[in-house]
Amino acid sequence: MRDLTDRALGTASVRGAGYADIRIVRRLDESIAIKTGRVEGVASGESEGFGVRVLVDGAWGFASSSRLEPAEIDRVAGDAVRIARASATALRRRVELDDRPPARGSYETPVDEDPFALSLETKIASLLEADKSAASVRGVGYTESTYAAQREWKTFAATDGSFTEQTFTHVGSAIEANAIKGDEHQRRSYPDAGGAWNAAGYEFIRGLDLAERAGSIAEESVALLSAPQCPSGQFTIILDPSQLYLQIHESCGHPSELDRVFGTEASYAGTSFLTTDKLDEAFRYGSDLVTIVADATAPGGMGTFGWDDEGVAAQAVPLVQDGIFIGYLSSRETAPRIGRRSGGAMRADGWNRIPLIRMTNINLLPRPGMSLAEIVADTDEGLYLASNRSWSIDDRRLNFQFATEVAYEIKAGQKGRLFKNPTYTGITYDFWRSCDAVGDESSYRMLGTPNCGKGEPGQIGHIGHGVSGARFRNVRVGVGDW
Amino acid sequence: MKARRSSGDGRRVPADWLAIAEETLSLARGEGATQAEALVMAEDAALTRFANSEIHQNVAETNASLNLRFVSGKRVGVASTSRLDRDGLRRVAERAGQIARNVAEGDEVIALPTPDRPIPDLLVAFAEATAEATPELRADGARAVIAAADSAGVTAYGSFATTVETTAVANTLGIRSAGQRTWSQLLTVSMGPDGGSGYAEISAVDAARIDPSAIGREASERARAAANPVAIEPGEWPVVLTEYAVSDILDMLGYLGFSALAVQEERSFVELGKRVGSDLVDIWDDGSDAHGLPMAFDYEGVPKERVQLIEAGICKGVVYDAQRAAKDGVRSTGHGLPAPNPWGPFPLNMLMGAGAASRDDLIGNLERGLLVTRFHYTNPVHPKLAIVTGMTRDGTFLIEGGKIVGPVKNLRYTQSYLDALGGVEAVGSERRCIKGFLGASVVPPVRIASWTFTGATEH
Repeated sequence: MRDLTDRALGTASVRGAGYADIRIVRRLDESIAIKTGRVEGVASGESEGFGVRVLVDGAWGFASSSRLEPAEIDRVAGDAVRIARASATALRRRVELDDRPPARGSYETPVDEDPFALSLETKIASLLEADKSAASVRGVGYTESTYAAQREWKTFAATDGSFTEQTFTHVGSAIEANAIKGDEHQRRSYPDAGGAWNAAGYEFIRGLDLAERAGSIAEESVALLSAPQCPSGQFTIILDPSQLYLQIHESCGHPSELDRVFGTEASYAGTSFLTTDKLDEAFRYGSDLVTIVADATAPGGMGTFGWDDEGVAAQAVPLVQDGIFIGYLSSRETAPRIGRRSGGAMRADGWNRIPLIRMTNINLLPRPGMSLAEIVADTDEGLYLASNRSWSIDDRRLNFQFATEVAYEIKAGQKGRLFKNPTYTGITYDFWRSCDAVGDESSYRMLGTPNCGKGEPGQIGHIGHGVSGARFRNVRVGVGDW
Repeated sequence: MKARRSSGDGRRVPADWLAIAEETLSLARGEGATQAEALVMAEDAALTRFANSEIHQNVAETNASLNLRFVSGKRVGVASTSRLDRDGLRRVAERAGQIARNVAEGDEVIALPTPDRPIPDLLVAFAEATAEATPELRADGARAVIAAADSAGVTAYGSFATTVETTAVANTLGIRSAGQRTWSQLLTVSMGPDGGSGYAEISAVDAARIDPSAIGREASERARAAANPVAIEPGEWPVVLTEYAVSDILDMLGYLGFSALAVQEERSFVELGKRVGSDLVDIWDDGSDAHGLPMAFDYEGVPKERVQLIEAGICKGVVYDAQRAAKDGVRSTGHGLPAPNPWGPFPLNMLMGAGAASRDDLIGNLERGLLVTRFHYTNPVHPKLAIVTGMTRDGTFLIEGGKIVGPVKNLRYTQSYLDALGGVEAVGSERRCIKGFLGASVVPPVRIASWTFTGATEH
């Protein structure tokens, strides 16, 4: 591999690059989709290629190809330099990178049971059993069950002498039951609709106990058809981890991305209300109970690695400490602009995309005191919301609205009857300031988002979220009756 | 799609990719496939991105992959690879065969399509100017948008993309489809110092037909007009939606309901003959219409048919791929996606019929309402009723007495898109091609009697 990386970096330098890096990436994917007891699709994908990123006269250029051949490496490195020169014709601020020691070494996701070594037959049979269990419940219209695994081998080299080799393994699985009657369509899923994903081997899938949970999930989807509409008004709500992880993702993770703060995502997903003046003024993002960390070293998280795609070592960066906003997700280009060093959050979706600032594992740290069950027991009246169904947030990450698959009424510390079609809405910092309980370590688990979109051309990111559930007071619930 | 015979510079042309697909079929037969389909997707794509009125990201990609659907009786396996040499193709055939042998036999016959009609030679799908676009051309475009922003005292953000896509499909039942298409997209958000932002976008087959200065002026003027927005109360408001907002409605309806699979699974709002829009609403899918970004055939190699989805407000049809068509006893309309495809067919080339209203008519005949430039982060809340939530963005204005009287802060809505179609009371006479999350749509601006805004934000 060294000969290829040396060739790319050498060509880029000779053509005029002041800095260059190359990533050679090979990715293996496997997926199983089952619908209502029938194997709908089983697929295996293999992709490899390389991308060369260069700085010429303070301007970026990037080119990539799936043909991993010496002549193609020369062409692509040359194209990257030409592209950078074109960038330089519309440049107002030269790019300056922060210093970091050259990155050298290797990293591999810890895996107990290799998902790619396990027979396909075993994996299909296990998922089929869970799916059939859900589909056999009377009243269920259709079921969907999914399993996916991804392994990525990544070699990174840069003109400063960096050379790292990393291997990542991510797995995820979920079951979903759908009940339909007239215009009413209710869904229940487990562990959540996006699938539970971890950086791990097949041992993680076994631990989900999909077949055990399938029946009760399916029964709930049918029960929701005749459940009352979730009431509207101001409520105390408790968010199950299957919803809270996405609340963290949308309202803390994305607005903490420093490239977004500087406007470089403005033409796509927007900017951020967490402008740099809020860092200076110690902005109160949430209540004292809210501490959020971007931790690229967290076990099981899909945002865990050895080095990011700029060769910055993995680290834990506090974003919110005891409710006060104190840090960003950052890169070698953006961090120096606020007088800091890169927090190591640059990640690219495969060989054909540039690294962007992406969430690593954005974790709401557990608080000693009450487990999630004890928080429920501590609540006189309220709603317990679980499993995300819909999400939306404005282009500065302030006004959000989420829908969940189900709400359970809470009365006198007990979870009771089901409500259908729950939604809740708010303004990000008002919402987090209303948090008055966070679950303890016993309720804490690592979830993940395998489909986080960002950038143009589009990139899909694998993000981790450590979460234990939390309670919020005086939240607006309900926006309609259907 | 245009089938170029030779590029003259050593690059592969559609016939080369078709030969690779055929070679893979032969390898699949050797592995015991009773039927097989090989799909090659190749692209040369480039995108120049600008923010804070400078180019900050600038990328190019040369990519090709092969997707093999391997059928063994009622068993099917799918494997893909980006390694298109002989060894890579042999390995993909082995992997697909291994999957097929491990999958339990299904209860449905696997329906690969057969060649039952000719593929149109869509010359309008390809433009040399897009295929030959250089980094310098895209930088010129970015600079023109930035210059327009500078002139208006605002800052430019956006992207300029040019792409050549080559698709080749071969199957063991005789499908042989290959061709190239191009598309280009320029979009920009302008942001001013007083809280105003504006948007403009255009997509076209031919990059030479895109006028970056005009797009830059449109967004910049909108940003200037949107400065110092005031808060208004959410609630029911009549609205005029620009083409950008209307494209989201078509995309979402296509995603939720215009697929035969959605109907078969009873999760679609579509019932043939049911009224879902006002008389002014005509929506169809047509892969050959030169106003959009044409495609001659789908990812199963089936020529695309024009499918009327809504006519004068009445549901008229849905789109099919081979598998869903077999289930309903009809033929594929040419809307299949690459296998494996649990999502079903999708309309990727939707158009909405133009009306008679000028832009001035749409606003001039509204006593009090809102002009919405675009929607942001939309997501279904109740799929079967097509109830969607989202935000307004990049230029929302109050209309009073038939005139725009000033900008307002952005609002959240929770609105049935079907009710919105039912409330269409005027349709613009000019349409624009907008690239969305489901292909590209050609849409006019519209005026709608009522839109349900359910929240507000700070800007």
